[in-house]
Amino acid sequence: MKYLIIILSTVLVNNVIFSQFLGICPFLGTSKKTSTALGMGAAVIFVLTLATLVTWLTNRYILMPLGLDKFLQTIAFILIIAALVQMVEIILKKISPSLYTALGVFLPLITTNCAVLGVSLTVVTKEFSFVEGQAAQLLSLGESIVYAVGIALGFALALIIFAGVREHIDLMEPPKGMKGTPIALITAGILALAFMGFTGIV
Amino acid sequence: MSNNLKTFTKGLIKENPILVLLLGCCPTLATTTSAINGMSMGLATTFVLVLSNIFISLLKGFIPDKVRIPCFIVVIASFVTLVQLLMQAYVPDIYETLGLFIPLIVVNCIVLGRAEAFASKNPVWPSLLDGLGMGLGFTFALTLLGCIREFLGNGSIFGLGILPETAKILVFILPPGAFFCLGFVIAIVNKLKKESH
Repeated sequence: MKYLIIILSTVLVNNVIFSQFLGICPFLGTSKKTSTALGMGAAVIFVLTLATLVTWLTNRYILMPLGLDKFLQTIAFILIIAALVQMVEIILKKISPSLYTALGVFLPLITTNCAVLGVSLTVVTKEFSFVEGQAAQLLSLGESIVYAVGIALGFALALIIFAGVREHIDLMEPPKGMKGTPIALITAGILALAFMGFTGIV
Repeated sequence: MSNNLKTFTKGLIKENPILVLLLGCCPTLATTTSAINGMSMGLATTFVLVLSNIFISLLKGFIPDKVRIPCFIVVIASFVTLVQLLMQAYVPDIYETLGLFIPLIVVNCIVLGRAEAFASKNPVWPSLLDGLGMGLGFTFALTLLGCIREFLGNGSIFGLGILPETAKILVFILPPGAFFCLGFVIAIVNKLKKESH
């Protein structure tokens, strides 16, 4: 039940794009075609989950015992994420060339996706409370992973819906100044309004 | 000197990181719920941008070309941690509101972008001016958006009430309003750009 609440809340209610504003750059950059959006969505699900697992373990078993978690969290996490992305790229190239060609171009972009660093930092610093009245506490490893998967699914969902809408917008003729990014941003705003309808379901 | 002046002013209007180059959208959308929040976020980013530009410019002879990006990230992340701890100590309220977006300055494309495109190729003084110009341009755009959203959504600017209670349009403080505002502001900038050509 707890896991279901985390998934619903991260995918729909607190959607990473439409209510937390993390990962807007790849959201705007890779949403011109549905196929690109699918590739980016898959790459984010993969990297975000892996990155959260590694950073959570690093934080709990290396930084916290040494009392460094307040000072080195940001630096350590961003380096782990950068190294991890590079490593995933190399390993994928070797063991699964087909997956590599599908995800390949998107992997380096993910290092600068603020959703990855944002989620890794959130799960180790923010306290959540799932049951009414229970004291808020830090997420356990399992909950953190589910949280990361939920966020990544929310990202993929938002990206694919948005890419579908955008393919249609390309066929329209908006006012000159509105062409390109402005109309895309306004579309995203309308989607965000739609996602606000989910408020209160968990 | 005129060259230095150009380096400084290009970030303000002509190459404004948000309104023209569209870099660093996440903090722009997330932290502009009020003018003061937008401005604080802009100033924090400016601080990191100036210091990281200075240091990367000083270190450019020592950093091997192949590992330059990780090196830049370490320098930037150190200054971000510095800002984070300073803000936590001296302006805890603002730190609380901006929350996650202070550590996320690390992955702000503007900071790494200027390090790679400018500071790693130029001497210290122009790098400092470039960082300051870009940072102030960023701050200007964030404050502008913050003012618009606060005015429409809360009827005030910098906390000064202007509109009566009934004239508030709440949606502009909520997430969708961020997208709408940025969309329309960029559309106006595009229009002005076309007319000036």
